[in-house]
Amino acid sequence: MDTLIQLDDVRKVFEVRRRAGLLRRERRTVRAVDGLDFEVAHGEMVGYIGPNGAGKSTTIKMLTGILVPSGGRLRVAGVDPSRERTRLARRIGVVFGQRTTLWWDLPLRDSYELVRRIYRIPDARYRANLDVCVELLDLTELLDVPVRQLSLGQRMRADIAAALLHDPEVLYLDEPTIGLDVVSKVKVREFLRQVNSERGTTVLLTTHDLTDIEQLCKRVMVIDHGQLVYDGGLDGLHAAGESERTLVVDFDRELPPVRITGARSVRTEGPRQWLAFPASTSAAPLVAELAARYPLVDLSVREPAIEDVIARMYGGRGAAALSRE
Amino acid sequence: MADAEYPVGRRTALFEPRGRTAAVRDGLRGYLLIAGMWVRSTVVYRTSFVLMTLGNFAMTALDFAAVAIIFGHTRVLGGFTLTETAFLYGSSGVALGLADLAVGSMDGLGRRVRDGTMDTLLVRPVPVFAQAAADRFALRRLGRITQAAVVLGWSMTRLHVAWTAVNVLLVPVMLLSGAGIFAAVFTTGAAFQFWATDAAEVQNSFTYGGNALTQYPPTVFAKDLVRGATFVVPLAFVNWMPALHILGRDNPLRLPGWVDFCSPLVALAVCALAGLAWRAGLRSYRSTGS
Repeated sequence: MDTLIQLDDVRKVFEVRRRAGLLRRERRTVRAVDGLDFEVAHGEMVGYIGPNGAGKSTTIKMLTGILVPSGGRLRVAGVDPSRERTRLARRIGVVFGQRTTLWWDLPLRDSYELVRRIYRIPDARYRANLDVCVELLDLTELLDVPVRQLSLGQRMRADIAAALLHDPEVLYLDEPTIGLDVVSKVKVREFLRQVNSERGTTVLLTTHDLTDIEQLCKRVMVIDHGQLVYDGGLDGLHAAGESERTLVVDFDRELPPVRITGARSVRTEGPRQWLAFPASTSAAPLVAELAARYPLVDLSVREPAIEDVIARMYGGRGAAALSRE
Repeated sequence: MADAEYPVGRRTALFEPRGRTAAVRDGLRGYLLIAGMWVRSTVVYRTSFVLMTLGNFAMTALDFAAVAIIFGHTRVLGGFTLTETAFLYGSSGVALGLADLAVGSMDGLGRRVRDGTMDTLLVRPVPVFAQAAADRFALRRLGRITQAAVVLGWSMTRLHVAWTAVNVLLVPVMLLSGAGIFAAVFTTGAAFQFWATDAAEVQNSFTYGGNALTQYPPTVFAKDLVRGATFVVPLAFVNWMPALHILGRDNPLRLPGWVDFCSPLVALAVCALAGLAWRAGLRSYRSTGS
């Protein structure tokens, strides 16, 4: 396997000082990342998920060289990120979900020009990359608009483009779809899939939205309490957690809770009913049967929340060690 | 043991291994590019920019009016005439103005540390110091420099001083060294914001406070204050020491004559110290992330 990212027992310990009383301060060490081992090959697209405070951002910050690990060995493209941060910066792209790198008061185009000059991107390369990003992310109309006038979804698309102009080998995305409308989410996902498959850019993304993972990543890593608790396919994650998706159906009138094989009724509220079914199975046969037997008006499928999947999987901290043999 | 890989207190490379000269060049280039973006950002609000620059000029001009008013009541202040005091005022103002223009907006660093946008600087291929120094670069600060330069120029035409080659050369040397010393104070202040995000106020008391101090003749202040400004925080070298030589005055602390020429060395030394403080601050940020 052609390894790009390699972590070997990587740890990060913070010392937190907390006020405990008027003058007294309490010192406490927090193990934000506690012995991470994993490898990511060139061209992979990996979802990195976990509850808030599990250590996702800390991992990304160590991978990008922002934070210096407290222990272990970490290599990205053969380089120690914290020692050669500036040199590595030319080879990686980073998008921090809610922290834009674009210039607020200037037309979007100017931010890209700055990227071109700071990264010393050759003209032809720059124009080609910009053209691709502009077309796929639908930015044509936005290039001459000051960034402050962009919507959240437009700005996120613009930020992703900015991170790709210098042809990074790996792209780190921290919550790229958070707060976006449905249309923007779809565009962002489609674009990432294309970047990954056509340019071979390795992508590592953190998210709270399992749909991102489902549509993008063959591989998902789950971190909890600073440790990797799962590394594999999404279906495996669902199977391990016995997680359930929810089918929300609207009938044209109030009905008694429906009985149907492969799903169980969990809630009824007027004409609306909630049916849970295993996340590893398809919703299609279920929908077909419902439509055949009941007066269906509308329906939607809800993915299980990541927190629920993880909670159900390991029932908290103690079991986390089990998966690390 | 794996821990040996990253001893926490150890120096980590801030620059690319291909050499410090390259890093300095990259830094300067990055600085100019980013400063240019800020200038263009402010020009978007043209009226606001013009008003701010004029305001900056007017505010500092009023500042000198205060000095002029004092001389309305007395002919000499601590043995110094109005023209001589104007020479001190102007040189201190130009020095601070230059430093403020170049690196003054670094006192916004604490805000970046608090809201997490510091991280976006750390993933770019430009030394963080250059990016932080160019952050919120504001041309309106030319207002202060202009006003101080006018006062300085006016005083120089009226001073009864023998303009020997040494004295003439000492003026730009004084201004640049003074700017270097103030820049070092700005940088040290910014470095402390990695630990205490609201350290800006302490730093302001040394920069703007130091400016207020060195605008007046050293003879009006208590000896201990002058000693402190010479040996502790060497603000006396911003303009007092070289200016005393130009004006042909005795050193208030009776220091030997060669001390008058030490400003460039003092500036280099405090800049080196500031550089160390900056590195330590950045290192601490990178080990704690906050």
